[in-house]
Amino acid sequence: MEIILALLVGILYTAGVYMLLRRSILKFIIGIIFMSNATNLLVFLAGGLAAGKPAFTETAANAASETVADPVPQALVLTAIVIGLGIVVFTLALKFRFFQETGSDDLDQLQQTDN
Amino acid sequence: MNALAFPILLPLFFVVLFILINSHQWARRVAIIGGTLMLGVSTYLFVQVLEQKVLVLNVGGWPAPFGISLVMDIFSGLMLLASSFIVFVITLYAHEFVRNKEVNKKFYLFFFALVMGVNGAFITGDVFNLYVWFEVMLMASFVMITMESSRHQLEGGIKYMALNLVGSLFFLAGLGLLYGKTGTLSMAHLAQLMNGGNPIQMMNLPTVLFFVAFGIKAAIFPLFFWLPSSYHTPGITVTSLFAGLLTKVGVYALIRFFTLFFVQDQEFWHTLLMILAGLTMVVGGMAASTHFETRRILSYHIISQIGYMIMGLAIYTPLAIAGAIFFTIHNMIAKTNTFLISGVINKLQGTYYLKNVGGLYRRQPFLAILFFIPAMALAGIPPLSGFFGKIMLVKAGFDSRDYLITAVAIYTGILTLYSMVKIWNEAFLKKDPDEHRKEPFQKAGWAEVLPSVLLGMASVAMGLFAAYVFEYTLEAANQLLDSSVYVEHVLKP
Repeated sequence: MEIILALLVGILYTAGVYMLLRRSILKFIIGIIFMSNATNLLVFLAGGLAAGKPAFTETAANAASETVADPVPQALVLTAIVIGLGIVVFTLALKFRFFQETGSDDLDQLQQTDN
Repeated sequence: MNALAFPILLPLFFVVLFILINSHQWARRVAIIGGTLMLGVSTYLFVQVLEQKVLVLNVGGWPAPFGISLVMDIFSGLMLLASSFIVFVITLYAHEFVRNKEVNKKFYLFFFALVMGVNGAFITGDVFNLYVWFEVMLMASFVMITMESSRHQLEGGIKYMALNLVGSLFFLAGLGLLYGKTGTLSMAHLAQLMNGGNPIQMMNLPTVLFFVAFGIKAAIFPLFFWLPSSYHTPGITVTSLFAGLLTKVGVYALIRFFTLFFVQDQEFWHTLLMILAGLTMVVGGMAASTHFETRRILSYHIISQIGYMIMGLAIYTPLAIAGAIFFTIHNMIAKTNTFLISGVINKLQGTYYLKNVGGLYRRQPFLAILFFIPAMALAGIPPLSGFFGKIMLVKAGFDSRDYLITAVAIYTGILTLYSMVKIWNEAFLKKDPDEHRKEPFQKAGWAEVLPSVLLGMASVAMGLFAAYVFEYTLEAANQLLDSSVYVEHVLKP
């Protein structure tokens, strides 16, 4: 399971970086979505997987043995997903406003504020 | 129990309040009240932290390594005090400068959201919590930077957003790996583990991810490109606020992480930090000297000054870290002040381009003096604040035999002086290129220059009473370099 998830994280990062380097702003945002999902999975994976185990048990004895999953990475990922959602919504709104203003989706047009 | 939650709760209260306030007359007044209260709370907490060394609040009553703790040591206290002072001054400034009614309503809401993020980042003792405060700060700053939705702002906003989002992803990835390696995210617990008998292997991977994340936020050398292409697009109030607070939070996080628990492989990291510090100073300073638009000069100049703070961290002696903290506080005050005055110049003459302004010394000598103080403070002319910050860093550099970086720091001082003298000559000394632009000539009123007066007084005071400020920063540096005090207070309440 770890191997599959690790490969998936790698593929998502690859796809994300590829999309980030495209000229379209929309593709850039898709790249951000890929990378943010890859990062969430990475956090989840790095925290250690325990397939099919509950995060909380009723007795301390169960918690001491290896029958529980670590709830902290789950909580971290949950928070990160919510933050990621907010950010994607904002980037889409920003892209939409930029399109309304200029009629362009081309990142190479963004040269007016550089020098 | 202590008042440590207030730097977060107070701005949150004002965020909610500004959803309800619709009159923009009232919004401006309430904002000044908010800024004053913020300053009051930070001063109170600073006095407290001087007495008790470290303040800890375990949120929700969970004991330290399991729950999120808010921690304030003297370094946090100093940063919080300085940032609250900037916030207070900017609420005064915004009263005169945010005139656009539509913008105004939303402006203060996000203003206080940003303040909440910054304060939270300064006082949190948990790595994931720091990530959340960074995101709060980022979201608020995204909205503020694109607030008027002009083409330039949207373009600058996209660039700002793009690099900062990638930075947050690096942060989150580093955090995940750090948790995977150590099983904890409490900074005190991490410090205990890293300084313990058997250091954890392979820590460089999370370290490098955090380094890139904070490097983007702090705008150090190869990662700073979002800053100069976005900082000159929003209104001057927003730019001043960003210049005063945002990059400094990145510097704060770098200093905090690299003194508290990223202490492995010091030779490699300190060499890297030192090289990047030198390049940041020189590249920023040179880029600043090629521009002729005040906000762009000052934006590049922010980058140049970040180099000094990183240099202090790289040298890593008590004097150097104290110098870095002193320099950061001085820079927040003086840098914000120069931006505020460039806003006043724009208001008087309608442009930020130095070619098209002039003659202000003859017409407004008082404004000229107000600019002269922070400009010379930044250039490091005694007896102003920048001189003492620089002399501490230079002395620390000589003491630890890092002659090259010290020479670069001194040379960059000349570049700074050049940029500042350029603005001074062009805007104040030379004749107005357009003698008949406005008749009668518009003058800056008291309300417009009062914020600059306050910041200028702070710069002078920091220079005149440098010995006292130095004592505090040295104490903060000693606390940073000896993490046992921090760990003891947090883990054994």
